[in-house]
Amino acid sequence: MSTRELTVAQALNEALREEMLRNERVFLMGEDIGEYGGIFKVTKDLLKEFGPQRVRDTPISEAAFIGTGVGAAMTGWIPVVEVMWVDFMAVAMDQIINQAAKMKYMSGGQTSVPMVIRTQGGGGRGNAAQHSQSLETLFAHIPGLSVVVPSNPADAKGLLKSAIRRNSPTIFIENKMLYTKRGPVPDGEHLVPLGVGDVVRAGTDVTLISLSRMVDFTLEAAAELENEGISAEVIDLRSLSPLDESLVVRSVEKTNRAVVVHEATRLFGWGGEVCALIQEKAFDYLDAPVLRVATKDVPIPYNRALEKQTLPQVSDIVQAVRSQLG
Amino acid sequence: MEGLVGGSYHSYVGQEAVAVGVCSALAREDTITTTYRGRGQHLAKGASAYRLFAELLGRVDGYCKGKGGPMHICDLETGILGANGIVAGGISHSVGAALTAQMSGSRQVAVAFFGDGAVNQGVFSEAMNLAALWNLPMIFVCENNLYAEMTPLSSYVKNARLVDRAAAFGMVGEVVDGNDVEAVFRAVQSARTRALDGRGPTFLEMMTYRLHGHMLGDPETYRSKEEVAEWRARDPIVRWKTHLLESGLATEGRLAELEQTLDAELASAAERARASLEPGPETILEDVL
Repeated sequence: MSTRELTVAQALNEALREEMLRNERVFLMGEDIGEYGGIFKVTKDLLKEFGPQRVRDTPISEAAFIGTGVGAAMTGWIPVVEVMWVDFMAVAMDQIINQAAKMKYMSGGQTSVPMVIRTQGGGGRGNAAQHSQSLETLFAHIPGLSVVVPSNPADAKGLLKSAIRRNSPTIFIENKMLYTKRGPVPDGEHLVPLGVGDVVRAGTDVTLISLSRMVDFTLEAAAELENEGISAEVIDLRSLSPLDESLVVRSVEKTNRAVVVHEATRLFGWGGEVCALIQEKAFDYLDAPVLRVATKDVPIPYNRALEKQTLPQVSDIVQAVRSQLG
Repeated sequence: MEGLVGGSYHSYVGQEAVAVGVCSALAREDTITTTYRGRGQHLAKGASAYRLFAELLGRVDGYCKGKGGPMHICDLETGILGANGIVAGGISHSVGAALTAQMSGSRQVAVAFFGDGAVNQGVFSEAMNLAALWNLPMIFVCENNLYAEMTPLSSYVKNARLVDRAAAFGMVGEVVDGNDVEAVFRAVQSARTRALDGRGPTFLEMMTYRLHGHMLGDPETYRSKEEVAEWRARDPIVRWKTHLLESGLATEGRLAELEQTLDAELASAAERARASLEPGPETILEDVL
């Protein structure tokens, strides 16, 4: 299959454009997404192509424009809402948790909310505590929401297109450090289903489970471990909800060890859920306790050196695997 | 009390003229969102009493197959997008419905019903601004029954004229006697015309009173019996009957006949609802995504 090199931002832009061309009821809302093209340029030039009806700049009113999305979705349109930073979702949690997630269920299946909320999270840019969080676990805990957290341009495009075609609300969390990351994206129609993880590196000694920016860190760690004669398998979950449980279990059955790597803080993070899954479904295969590498349980500090020491680093992953095999 | 209804029940008694006046001025295709105090609006918009009762009892023939309950009644057929357990939670859904009506050119109007208590949740102000900014075909119906749950208006706002909020957003606002069904009807009729003419949303402050407690079992320690009696004298149904009789539009006999028919219909709907089946456990996992 022929491919092109695109950045994550370009790949997402293509996904939006293609879905807007495919279905005229797909429309965009968010802060500074029109003329300005979004702070990370994901909606660049879409206003020019589709006009102000379908590419709508909103006031800084996350609760109201997400709620407007819920109402628009219930009346037959497909809103793709951009929330500038995942941290800002906190001011609109009623609309996400009590409204969007529950409408279909509460109405006995009469309504559905085919809406995508795109946002971005993660640290690494010195944005400090209210602009650097990894909050995917909050949403994955709520029945009725799907949660997608892509790590590369091809997946970003294919998963966003699938999310837009889904008949239920999806929280699509991009990573601010990955927008300029380049990678091959297949030509033509490219869809990636939700709930299907990806073995991005095959190995035999340990399974490293990760997503978003931590996939790159984990791959780097795997390369280092190879120099020490340790063969690590790396899984990119791609979506947290639905979760590709069988991929994780099959891999651990083969490698007998697992380390979960996430940028979310450690306590009650999704790593705990994956650990529970492994002990429930693959207990007899385990040769070592499942370990977690995660962000320290503190708000993200501003100082760049402190921030780096707070977020998981490649050396932390390498260290965790060594301790497991040692 | 047979314990057939779960959770809390919020009576609409005393505010009927608002629901009837508003919904009589709407077309079937127009949409509404309501709060948990919504049965009045649902009936007025055309919902079936049988399916409402069945939902109250949590049965399969209920609007939400017994999984929503009275706080979450929804009926797309009659344009009821949903009742809501969060006081201002549904207002922005009506903004969304108004937006898609505008984008589709469908000549539908979206109405958000909410209480006076809802105006102090942030999303209310956000929704007012958005609807005004985008000039949406929408009507904000604030049912000011003078109490936010158990707290009187004077204890939670400095400016008790809630209609003043409309001006802040560049929106037309009007105070309406919410116990006068004709006044409500006329106000909504002109707001609807304004919306369909592309002149934007309207905020209507309907002055009314909840004759029962906030919810069933509310001891109502926050208001005097005299105050309730004063408002009972202005009961919108009694007022409307008196008007019909005095203006010669109906006779005592005809009204008694109508009342009897209605009572019989409701009694039969309630009775039939008791016979509707309980949902099976297999439905727990249905309609999640």
